[in-house]
Amino acid sequence: MSETRFISGDEAFAQGIRLARALVISAYPITPQTIVVERLAEMVEEGQLDSRFIHVESEHSAMMAAMGASAVGARTFTATSSQGLLYMAECLSYVSGGRFPIVMMNANRATALPWSIYGDHRDSLSLLDCGWIQIYVEDAQEALDMAVQAYALAEAEEIRLPVMVNLDGFILTHTYEPVDIPDQETIDAFLPGRDTWDRLDPENPVSMAVTVGPELNEEINILHHKASINALDTIKKVDDKYRKITGRGYGGALRTYLTEDADYILISLGSISGLIREEADRLRDEGIRAGAVSIRMMRPFPRDELIRVLKGARAVGVIDKDISFGYEGTVYTNVNSALMQGRSHIPTYDFVGGIGGRDISLADIEECFKDMMSGRPEESVKFIGTEVEDDIG
Amino acid sequence: MISDDEFFYGHKACGGCGGSLAVRIALKVLGERTLLTLPAGCMSAVSFNYPQMSYANNAIISAFAGTGAVMSGLKAGAEAMGLKDYHVLGIAGDGGTADIGIQALSGLIDRNDEGIYICYDNEAYMNTGIQKSGLTPFGATTTTTPAVPGGKGNIKPKKNLFEIVAAHGIAYAATASVGYIEDFAAKVKRASEVKGTSFIHVLAPCPTGWGIDTAETIEVAREVVDTGLWYLAEYYDGEYHLNRKPEEFKDVSHYIKRQGRFKHLNDEDINEIIRSRDKTWDRIAGFKQPGK
Repeated sequence: MSETRFISGDEAFAQGIRLARALVISAYPITPQTIVVERLAEMVEEGQLDSRFIHVESEHSAMMAAMGASAVGARTFTATSSQGLLYMAECLSYVSGGRFPIVMMNANRATALPWSIYGDHRDSLSLLDCGWIQIYVEDAQEALDMAVQAYALAEAEEIRLPVMVNLDGFILTHTYEPVDIPDQETIDAFLPGRDTWDRLDPENPVSMAVTVGPELNEEINILHHKASINALDTIKKVDDKYRKITGRGYGGALRTYLTEDADYILISLGSISGLIREEADRLRDEGIRAGAVSIRMMRPFPRDELIRVLKGARAVGVIDKDISFGYEGTVYTNVNSALMQGRSHIPTYDFVGGIGGRDISLADIEECFKDMMSGRPEESVKFIGTEVEDDIG
Repeated sequence: MISDDEFFYGHKACGGCGGSLAVRIALKVLGERTLLTLPAGCMSAVSFNYPQMSYANNAIISAFAGTGAVMSGLKAGAEAMGLKDYHVLGIAGDGGTADIGIQALSGLIDRNDEGIYICYDNEAYMNTGIQKSGLTPFGATTTTTPAVPGGKGNIKPKKNLFEIVAAHGIAYAATASVGYIEDFAAKVKRASEVKGTSFIHVLAPCPTGWGIDTAETIEVAREVVDTGLWYLAEYYDGEYHLNRKPEEFKDVSHYIKRQGRFKHLNDEDINEIIRSRDKTWDRIAGFKQPGK
């Protein structure tokens, strides 16, 4: 029997990792990730979870220890945030290139400087190219469910890649919500233990994480690329199976809302998506055909599906909780590239907000839709929710 | 005591490589059921070029700074998977251990995860072209401490890695030299029997970087011990034990002058090296002495 408990996003994720029976956990503390590893440490100490908890001395070592454990065939978990993610950055490409299906929770947090413990998406989006599958969730329930689904995705034979599941710092990691926690038998039926041929085995010694020269290096990377793209289909299959077993599902890489006849569609990642759907409802009451798209998976990027979903829109906006300094928001760049490949000439607008934990209000979202309807703003990138006028030169 | 089987062969190390000898001997002691990790460095660069793999045992490359952490992961993973009868081994160079990898090594020892960490010390970043590391000795010319006319090359002393490691209260640590291979092999054996983390710092000459003939590796690796410039010792049960105390030190000048990397040093520089050696021996007089 499942039970409903009032818990935070971090704790929900920890419950998901417990249910997924991660055998090795290596983690280094960083706000706002800490609760997930504290809960897991408690579960291990109390004997609720049969796992080895490695107290590493840095995020770099967290990821390297996770790689070592995963290489022997163990289901492995780690978690980080912001500077911690950046500190382990070189290890991320080791783990993805070596095809180690580690799951990591990242509590999205601004990157220094200026120093901030609050949320935006610059940490994970700056590492889109590191070869990991990247998922963004919207609430604590989805956090738990995706902690479990992430292993099914990561360990699928056609993928065998690490998965980073992103939770908005504080907004998701520290907000308490009622969460349905499935029982162990249910999750065991969904997710059996990891069973892989691709491991270090004393009975069959191998060399892993090898050097490859120019004569084959590109081919190895093409295999990696294709494996990543496979996740676009596999996430749907994984979710179908999860829905059948638990009664709860999320679909694939995109979550769409009222997009079928929408004139104006606003795209986002993570926790802000719920507020956008609320505003779309409000605008619909006024007779404006508004819609919303939440991108659940940024890598692999659901290009073809996005092209189909956006096809009939008059204008498309993106709320980016990030900025690639000197250009534009990274989600916007990705959306525009997809539209270009879809031969679409729909006007697009980039709304950058929520930087360093700044709140994005319903009024801000209304303003975004109004800008799309009126053809504003003049500049392709508009900062929303700013409190100080930009009067610098 | 050591196997006739080879576990490290077909690699591309230079002739006379002391590091590859240390790896070969260590694996002969530990055997085929060894889970080995190596970071970037000579011993991975010469052995992991797909599809020409050079290890008969399981082996995996670590990020440069990650050897100690991968060892912990291998151990935790092996336990989780229920493996039996195996060794976890990390082999890294002087830069990979005393510089970029010292944090992960410290973490490994702090956790006391069972595994053997071997630092093969060729006294500079040889794989990248002979740059100074924290274990480059005073007076060596490297490509980043070039001995310009009138200069001394590297002016910093070698980090005291053995005692830094021992200061963690590690279960077992030792120094060794490929010049005394039986001693090294015995220490690997001893390390493999320790419950917890063990560490061996083995001096391993590099003919390419040191400017010696490829046939001189063993001789030079013995001479560095016989001159007292390198000491053979162990640390266990919270105490230091000196393994070998030469009745009389061999001529330092001969050791220095036979190596290209020290060619620029004058008699005063050599006296400086001797004074530094004597200071070290005064300090290690406090170790438990051989035969006592």
